[in-house]
Amino acid sequence: MSKSSISEPTRGFKWIAAILVAFYSLVTIMPLLWIVATGFKSSADSIAYPPKITFQPSLEGYVNLFTTQTRQTKEFMAANPPKNWYEEIVHSKGMVIAGPSRFGERFLNSTIIGFGSTFLSVLLGTMAAYAFSRFRVPLKDDLLFFILSTRMMPPIAVAIPIFLMFRAVGLSDTHAGMILLYTAVNLSLSVWLLKGFIDEIPREYEEAALIDGYTRFQAFYKVVLPQAATGIASTAIFCLIFAWNEYAFAVLLTSGTAQTAPPFIPTIIGVAGQDWPAMAAGATIFLLPVMVFTILLRRHLLRGITFGAVRK
Amino acid sequence: MADVVLQGIEKKFGSVLAISNLNLEIKDGAFVILLGPTGAGKTTTLRLIAGLERPDSGDIKINGHSVVKNTPAQRNVAMVFQQYSLYPHMSVQDNLAFPLRSPTLNFSEAEIKSKVNEIAEVLQIKDKLNNRATALSGGEMQRVSIGRALVRNPSIYLMDEPLSSLDAKLRADLRLELKRIHAQVGSTLLYVTHDQTEAMTMATQVGVLDKGQLVQFGTPREIYEKPSSLYVASRLGLPRINSLPADLFSGAPRGAIKMGLRPEHILQGKGKLASVIRIEHLGDQTRLHLSLEGFNIVTLTDSETKLAVGDKIKIQPNNALYFDANGNRIE
Repeated sequence: MSKSSISEPTRGFKWIAAILVAFYSLVTIMPLLWIVATGFKSSADSIAYPPKITFQPSLEGYVNLFTTQTRQTKEFMAANPPKNWYEEIVHSKGMVIAGPSRFGERFLNSTIIGFGSTFLSVLLGTMAAYAFSRFRVPLKDDLLFFILSTRMMPPIAVAIPIFLMFRAVGLSDTHAGMILLYTAVNLSLSVWLLKGFIDEIPREYEEAALIDGYTRFQAFYKVVLPQAATGIASTAIFCLIFAWNEYAFAVLLTSGTAQTAPPFIPTIIGVAGQDWPAMAAGATIFLLPVMVFTILLRRHLLRGITFGAVRK
Repeated sequence: MADVVLQGIEKKFGSVLAISNLNLEIKDGAFVILLGPTGAGKTTTLRLIAGLERPDSGDIKINGHSVVKNTPAQRNVAMVFQQYSLYPHMSVQDNLAFPLRSPTLNFSEAEIKSKVNEIAEVLQIKDKLNNRATALSGGEMQRVSIGRALVRNPSIYLMDEPLSSLDAKLRADLRLELKRIHAQVGSTLLYVTHDQTEAMTMATQVGVLDKGQLVQFGTPREIYEKPSSLYVASRLGLPRINSLPADLFSGAPRGAIKMGLRPEHILQGKGKLASVIRIEHLGDQTRLHLSLEGFNIVTLTDSETKLAVGDKIKIQPNNALYFDANGNRIE
């Protein structure tokens, strides 16, 4: 092998690249690490200055996140000793647990709305993309442009009309309303992304399946879908990230029953003073589902395994 | 097993006429081969019969019933695609079993397994059954795609150049195998190829297409010996038929403009003097490229010829074919 070639970078170059990548990773991962660490700090450690790199880990933030607490008299505290580890943490601050907080509910709402709208966006998007890719649809190009054009302004620009519409039809603060809204916003992305993927799947596969005795829908299900897995997985991740993280509409359109976690987490500040560990704990737990989802689908993101059995 | 009839088929793609007024009758148990250059409409004909395309006009009958409104599944045809079209997300085994698992059939897994094994044996891909379809060589893919057609019992097999990317030995083996299957099962086959050996050895009838029209239909020998036109004559024969002015040699009938002279229809030793410009030794035969009055002529000679480039030999036609101004053959 020659000392340097186009395909093989030199040793020095590789080192520089590695250092740059390591530096970039550090910069992007740092805030995340900070959040995760803060979740395990005590209230005092979380606001210590200079910030503490090493600290005594505590689950106080998590206990605060999941419970509501009240202050009680010394006599009451003495009469009701803590029964388990989390009551003990609360006790040590001179408080008792009054009940569960609303975080669990909000987290469940986020899960229902996030995954529900992702499922719908991908389902409808796949079918629409398949139709646009394979059939002669009248005014196809105009329709595709129209679908894309819904993405040309920031969705929040129409927040007020949507707010009024939702109130008029009774969709305000409902799971169905939020799922519908996020699906509508994500649909243009999912149709366009998936159309690109399906366009790349040669028609011959479906034609072979049609001849092998399958109906159009069976061919779609058995032959096209498995090969569109890469596209479906990446589209699902994008849709979930949007629906999961969405804040503005959630603040505007939900308050009680259907409130998701993003508008809830900041309210922790108001409820129990500036409880940074509790907020950080909420943010940490909030990060997990998208992370797990992405890791689960990672396998499908590897392209190339499904291409190449048609002679080009 | 069935007979297939195409009546007055016409098919346009946009403004391009792919098939025009095509009439073709494929008898039950026939092995019909379609010949023609790229764009002549061979593949379109197969796709029309399969139901992947709908004719703009005309009728297609399988076993006497019109099928133009039927889906491909209802027509019960099997097709080998030129591009293999193996399902990339499945193993070879599942690819071969896929047609048998279709909702229209009802085979038990044990039956499917035995059928798949049988076909894999015939096509010599038994050791590849557990491979992914994408982890095969081109020749292996092509065999799997043939196997996927052979594994069931359709009314007609449609094959689009199925042997084109196989090596010579495998091609010869599979040619025999297809012939054997055809003879044994008595199935009807419509087959597209460019290969003369395939056309001459396998076909019961050959159809020659030109610009979407069927220009001649007959047994391989008829097509070879009595081509209706110079176009048909040039479709079969290797080396290709020599196309020369009719008056290059004496004896042309009236109205003849062109003479078609097959390489084996040239007598050496008498006639006009031609010079040797190239010699190709093929082992079993030798091709002589000659120049006669400015025209290039290819003929055959025995493999141990002493001729060399620059030598002069006398040649004379024997059994020449003559064609009129429109390219049609004069009897």
